Amino acid sequence: MDLLTLLEMVAAGMGDRVLIGEKATGLTGEELRARSAAGGRLVTDANVATVVYLGGNGPVFPVALFSAAAAHVPFLPLNYRLSDDQLREIFSRQESAYVITDSPERAAELAPSFPSISLDDFLEATAKVPEGAPLVGGDANDIAVLLMTSGTTAAPKSAVLRHHHLTSYILGSVEYASAEDTDATIVSVPPYHIAAVANLLSNLYAGRRIVYLDHFTAADWLDVVEHEAITNAMVVPTMLARITRELDARGKTGPATLRSLSYGGAKVAANIIADALRLFPNTGFVNAYGLTETSSSIAVLGPDDHRDAVASEDPDVRLRLASVGRALPSVEIEVHDLDGKPCAPGVVGDIVVKGAQVAGEYLEGGSRLTEGGWFPTRDLGYLDSEGFLFVQGRADDTIIRGGENIAPAEIEEVVATHEAVLECAVAGVPDEEWGQRIAAFIVLKEGHTLTADELRAYVRERLRGSKTPDVVSFLTELPATPTGKILRRQLVQDFAVTT
Amino acid sequence: MTFTPGTQLRSASSLCEVVVVRPPDTDGTITCAGAEMTTDTDIDRSGAATDGPAIALGKRYTEEASGIELLCVKPGVGPLAFNGAELELKSAKPLPASD
Repeated sequence: MDLLTLLEMVAAGMGDRVLIGEKATGLTGEELRARSAAGGRLVTDANVATVVYLGGNGPVFPVALFSAAAAHVPFLPLNYRLSDDQLREIFSRQESAYVITDSPERAAELAPSFPSISLDDFLEATAKVPEGAPLVGGDANDIAVLLMTSGTTAAPKSAVLRHHHLTSYILGSVEYASAEDTDATIVSVPPYHIAAVANLLSNLYAGRRIVYLDHFTAADWLDVVEHEAITNAMVVPTMLARITRELDARGKTGPATLRSLSYGGAKVAANIIADALRLFPNTGFVNAYGLTETSSSIAVLGPDDHRDAVASEDPDVRLRLASVGRALPSVEIEVHDLDGKPCAPGVVGDIVVKGAQVAGEYLEGGSRLTEGGWFPTRDLGYLDSEGFLFVQGRADDTIIRGGENIAPAEIEEVVATHEAVLECAVAGVPDEEWGQRIAAFIVLKEGHTLTADELRAYVRERLRGSKTPDVVSFLTELPATPTGKILRRQLVQDFAVTT
Repeated sequence: MTFTPGTQLRSASSLCEVVVVRPPDTDGTITCAGAEMTTDTDIDRSGAATDGPAIALGKRYTEEASGIELLCVKPGVGPLAFNGAELELKSAKPLPASD
């Protein structure tokens, strides 16, 4: 089963329903199918190995993705914020590519031998095929999508998602045509992120109209949600923080049409969730945990879980507000110790996952699945007695100070509770004596002051002495990827330069 | 025949096409409107049945004993059966939308 089967189902059962864009002017299921067939011919005629999408979010993104599928070549969305050198390096890895871009001039300069077309021209070119043009299904084992990993800990790699991984994810997590025809979702995650790919497929298959907001600001997001009567949304934590601040500034609560708000993609501070629950009293919250390599979500904390946690007297149940929920029915999640054996509930270890949607493969380096089929996420965490998963950060971020392994997350959680702290990150910085020392990088709230010694004393009162930051660095902002993942490597590098 | 998830099947007796979501726990024969379903894409369906229970697009069909689950990707006339046991429409329990 390939992505075209999903598209054919959407066109056959919801052909007249507007699914992409504004209600009055958007693309219907049948129009998307017809344009994808036309785009597939363009790509086939160009005789290329890959379709590259280099641009912002918008209706061209889904047409480009399905056009690549129709031509049976991989779809590679790239981050237009990357430097010319970074993009040139990624282009040099491609044998040939058809580049669909908001900047054909830049594409021509960076990859002169590859054909490129502007977003507008591509959209126009795909309008010229009569409805009902054939789509020829491809091999389910072919590569559907390539995504560059964010490279927070190493050089970016090309994660491979084959058609059967993505279709397994959809069949395992979405019910066909389950959305009302008045439902709509707003997408503000960038197109080169797994969330944008998963979001497109999930919402199309459910029959939920997708409205793209290319350049996220909290004000625009709230205005579009209201104007388009948006019922569902997915945001990354930085967006959620900005939305709650904007609502507080407006002195309003969230738009009443919004039934479901999903957040994920990076760790979320507890105070942001508390604010969001207060400001969206009628909205169901969903926390999703997943990776590029697992075709998006593998664990979900649903609206009922959120409500139960908030209402419970049991501290263990209340704690679940900080969990990412339980494994989807179609995947297995375990936490393994150093010997690869499952850990007891509550014991921190390596989070591993298995299932039909789990790809765990890179163009550079092949499959990372173990013999038993498990994909090591390289995230650390634990499962509670009811199977709720708690993620505690990347294994690579672990600080080793004088032989003791220290998880930054534990210290960050304490630092974040200080009233003067807006944002924080904890990382290991090189040290001759200890191997690594613990550095806390702090952004203060406006109008607050805090000294390094005050912060150290605050942490020491709550954690052991060996977990007290050795150095405290105050910054105006933390370096982060566009989706809110903090770039610890850069923090550590910058720290080495300035001290 | 043996089935793996994602395999698309069709038969000469119906326009219905299904994808295997969960394979049965044993080998066997899946039929639609009386004829065996296979992966063969080049079949003559000119004599396909027009009368019978409707198999609906996007719906899942299961049979408890074998654990089989099929998803209808093209609608048509049924019934669907595995080794003679008729599959039933599975009630949908949508998960919360996470993306």
